Amino acid sequence: MNEIIKLSAADLAAKLRDGSVTSTQAVQAHLDRIAAVDGGDRGVHAFLHLNAEEALAVAAEVDAIRAAGGPEAEALHPLAGVPIAIKDLIVTKGQPTTAGSKFLEGWMSPYDATVIEKIRAAKLPMLGKTNLDEFAMGSSTEHSAYGDTRNPWDLDRIPGGSGGGSAAAVAAFEAPLALGTDTGGSIRQPGAVTGTVGVKPTYGGVSRYGAIAMASSLDQIGPVTRTVRDSALLHELIGGHDPKDSTSIDQPVAELAAAAEQGATGDLTGVRIGVIRELQGEGYDAGVQARFDESLQLLRSAGAEIVEVSCPNFEYALNAYYLIMPSEVSSNLAKFDGVRYGNRVLPAEGPMTIERVMGATRAAGFGDEVKRRIILGTYALSAGYYDAYYGSAQKVRTLIQRDFEAAFAQADVLVSPTSPVVAFPLGSKLDDPLAMYLNDVATIPANLAGIPGITVPGGLSENLPVGIQFLAPAHEDARLYRAGAALEKLLEDQWGGPLINQAPELAESSKEGVA
Amino acid sequence: MAHATEELVDFDEALDRYDPALGFEVHVELNTATKMFSDAPNAFGDVPNTNVTPVDLGLPGVLPVVNKKAVEYSIKIGLALNCQIAEYCRFARKNYFYPDTPKNFQTSQYDEPIAFDGWLDIELSDGEVFHVEIERAHMEEDAGKLTHMGTSGRIQGADFSLVDYNRAGVPLVEIVTKPILGAGKRAPELAKAYVAAIREIVKNLDVSDAKMERGNVRCDANVSLMPKGTTTLGTRTETKNVNSLRAVEHAVRFEIERHAAVLDSGEKIVQETRHWHEDTRTTTSGRPKSDADDYRYFPEPDLVPIVTTKEWIEELRAQLPEPLAERRKRLQADWGYADAEFRDVVNAGFLDAIEETIAAGASPAVARKWWMGEISRLAKNADVEPLDLGVTPATIIELNSLIEAKKINDKIARQVLEYVVAGEGRPTEIVEKRSLAVVNDDSALGAAIDDAMAAMPDVVAKIKDGKVQAIGALIGPVMKATRGQADAGRVREIVLEKLGVEG
Amino acid sequence: MPAISREDVAHLAQLAHLEMSDTELEKMTGELGVIVDAIKSVSEAAGNDVPATSHPLPLVNVMREDVVGQTLTQEEALQNAPDAEDGRFKVPAILEGE
Repeated sequence: MNEIIKLSAADLAAKLRDGSVTSTQAVQAHLDRIAAVDGGDRGVHAFLHLNAEEALAVAAEVDAIRAAGGPEAEALHPLAGVPIAIKDLIVTKGQPTTAGSKFLEGWMSPYDATVIEKIRAAKLPMLGKTNLDEFAMGSSTEHSAYGDTRNPWDLDRIPGGSGGGSAAAVAAFEAPLALGTDTGGSIRQPGAVTGTVGVKPTYGGVSRYGAIAMASSLDQIGPVTRTVRDSALLHELIGGHDPKDSTSIDQPVAELAAAAEQGATGDLTGVRIGVIRELQGEGYDAGVQARFDESLQLLRSAGAEIVEVSCPNFEYALNAYYLIMPSEVSSNLAKFDGVRYGNRVLPAEGPMTIERVMGATRAAGFGDEVKRRIILGTYALSAGYYDAYYGSAQKVRTLIQRDFEAAFAQADVLVSPTSPVVAFPLGSKLDDPLAMYLNDVATIPANLAGIPGITVPGGLSENLPVGIQFLAPAHEDARLYRAGAALEKLLEDQWGGPLINQAPELAESSKEGVA
Repeated sequence: MAHATEELVDFDEALDRYDPALGFEVHVELNTATKMFSDAPNAFGDVPNTNVTPVDLGLPGVLPVVNKKAVEYSIKIGLALNCQIAEYCRFARKNYFYPDTPKNFQTSQYDEPIAFDGWLDIELSDGEVFHVEIERAHMEEDAGKLTHMGTSGRIQGADFSLVDYNRAGVPLVEIVTKPILGAGKRAPELAKAYVAAIREIVKNLDVSDAKMERGNVRCDANVSLMPKGTTTLGTRTETKNVNSLRAVEHAVRFEIERHAAVLDSGEKIVQETRHWHEDTRTTTSGRPKSDADDYRYFPEPDLVPIVTTKEWIEELRAQLPEPLAERRKRLQADWGYADAEFRDVVNAGFLDAIEETIAAGASPAVARKWWMGEISRLAKNADVEPLDLGVTPATIIELNSLIEAKKINDKIARQVLEYVVAGEGRPTEIVEKRSLAVVNDDSALGAAIDDAMAAMPDVVAKIKDGKVQAIGALIGPVMKATRGQADAGRVREIVLEKLGVEG
Repeated sequence: MPAISREDVAHLAQLAHLEMSDTELEKMTGELGVIVDAIKSVSEAAGNDVPATSHPLPLVNVMREDVVGQTLTQEEALQNAPDAEDGRFKVPAILEGE
């Protein structure tokens, strides 16, 4: 394996700066890796679209600027020239955006998402777009209209979802950095089951403009990487106020990389870490619980004060989420009607009115899970049910916020397993929506409350990665990076290197790569 | 189902037996520079689908941002309607599918309007005042424009439709009244006067272009009847898109006559939308209200709440122009018009025009004479709005000074005005070009008078006998001979002079 | 809450503009019933005194100045349209023809 692809983004950036590696070499190395492991029947299939030409052009531009030196080279962003993969829920000019749906097959956005504008401005070559559950609805990426993504740790298992493509790409060394979106855990749960790092920033910390909305009050874009420090660097790049997003926080991004560096000393003296009583025990795999308990011991040994906190209303979090999210989904996805864009489908028979054409178009364009959520959301908002369902769920949201407030009065950060289970076999939960929904039980409360969360690798159970989640109060994302980096350092000291190094070598799956 | 041809009851008879209840939903398009939730230009009539951003097309991934000016205009409307302004309010999504609605939901306000609990006193042409209570005024966005293509050009029987989203997202304020009771036979007049008042208010506030013919102000009129002596509101119908003041009056009248006929026959009114047809001045059945109207409102998660402070509201209140009622009192006193005269001027919509004309130097009497007289007559003949004739205060000042200088007489002046309206130029130019100056040359005039006197010796005899008013018979032939350019007063003087009679 | 019937789901599908076959309606009715059963306890979780939270963070008054920005060209606006004519999006008839 080419050593370039094993570098963290921070280390690769350092080599780009000192001239020992060029951006063109870095991009090419990752394109080669993608060609080797992503395609074919047993490929990872993290990518839906490759953007090789543009990525190489951006790399060449960065290399030229570096070669010329002077103020322009000085002004380059620290991550300039480091390649990145983009979840295909985020719109990009010049590359198709599908949201993992047949409906948008071939759709070309005439505008860039705000995070894409920032990535272009910082000159990070975009390798391509990664697979996801259709419109980000799922926990396994099996609901993509474009086929499953495989978990690099075990190709017969799910990579998590919805952002399985971004997590798998990073885990398989196809990209050092990726963007994800997290509505109920779609960054953190894939991070957990692929042994990578993923962060859901404070709601409003990263602009949502250009992320195809699933549930507007829950969605957040965030970094997907192999190290905590890389997530901090990417978070600093994509974060900050955006006047195009009314829910964007009008404050500069905090010093996140500095917090990660502080954490990487492995010292947590004076930090109070709250263990959420309701997010462990029953329903959590024994192996997951064991790794979690070991992590607590390590944190304690690093000087952290471990306290137990109780969040009694988390009992209702999943239920509230499965009312609020589908309600917003039913409205957000109404625009996909085949009038302005999308693949129009005519009804097989009967009158050819616009209403019926919309009905046939949406029926053909959406998969089962999307339809389920649209119907559920339509039900929850409909006359006579609103108060009992949507209205009640919004009240539960208040209760969950209060639970967090009380917990953060006792602790600086909270900790829990990220996912109750390790990666499960492809196809094993597809016919049981409820079982699938339970994967997000530990990640959902943060989305409901708008607070930030990070997942870091916590070891293996059944030879599969386990994720440890930290949560912090809104606007206190820096605390996540400190705690996350500390645990990462403590665990890596034990393992003798990153967990990802324990992943099995991927066989070359295809000479052709992805289509 | 609706009747193919509607049975009607005579209006007066209908209101002998029933009391009407009215209600209005008036949509006002604001004249901000940009749209409600995007920074696209708020302008239509341009090349289709060019005044759009990704937001206005509802492209995947877009988010709305509220136009501050549109919120301020909405608050100003609320203040002018004597409303309370919400201290806290949110936007809400109204979910329904329609191809002119890019997101398939309209961003509107539901149970938290920006303004509520207002009132307006509406004065009818004879001075009777009705107190109309305003339930709410809320912010929302307009839809795109659908053009139905097919032989009829209407939605019925169209082969397909074309959509232009230039208008999509234009800021709207919807003003909703509480049920208006007790208007009786004056209901149609009140309807017209109410909509006229809203139009004047938003124009006076300069928050809307307020042109009904362009759809800046659109009215949905609700009508129901209840048998006299009862107090429970009847089933109402909502007549959509009644887009001129005359149409509002006619639509309300028509619905009263139709409802009465349905109720008289023992049938029930179907709660439904009615469509107004200007050509036949009738309404036809639209869509019945059904559970398909389950709009599934919920708070718009992509927009944050609006919180108004006292300081902000007072700052906006300070920017409000003089209230119309106060302005009217002041103008009537300044101009010295009698109550009836002033009311006629107001009803004709000439307040601004007359104010400008007077400001340009005309006397109040002269200004009123022209606007209420000749200009109104020309407009009526041409079937256009008087203000659209192209007559400016300067035209009137110029015409009047020509009369005062005795260059032309009243009759010629009226002709000159017609030529101005026809686009021939300014009055002075027209008088010159068409040689319309009054004939003051006494020799030419004298010859014409001599001819007339010679032709009518009996008239001359009567004048000599002291019946001076007989001169009128001579003026006609003299005018004819001079093609109307003689000054009648001068003719009279010369005749008396020639006959040696005291006037 | 009463159990969800097939007719209920058919109505929801109509509101949501999702054409569904009889088999799909049948399947969806079953699945929706199971999901709603599992999550309906939400209605008992919070009392009347608990306010609803619609937005995760308490931001207010986010507004922009009334200044015209960049618009799309007509070509960009129509570039993804399934059907277009005369610079406008073309859609099938809205009402059923005879």
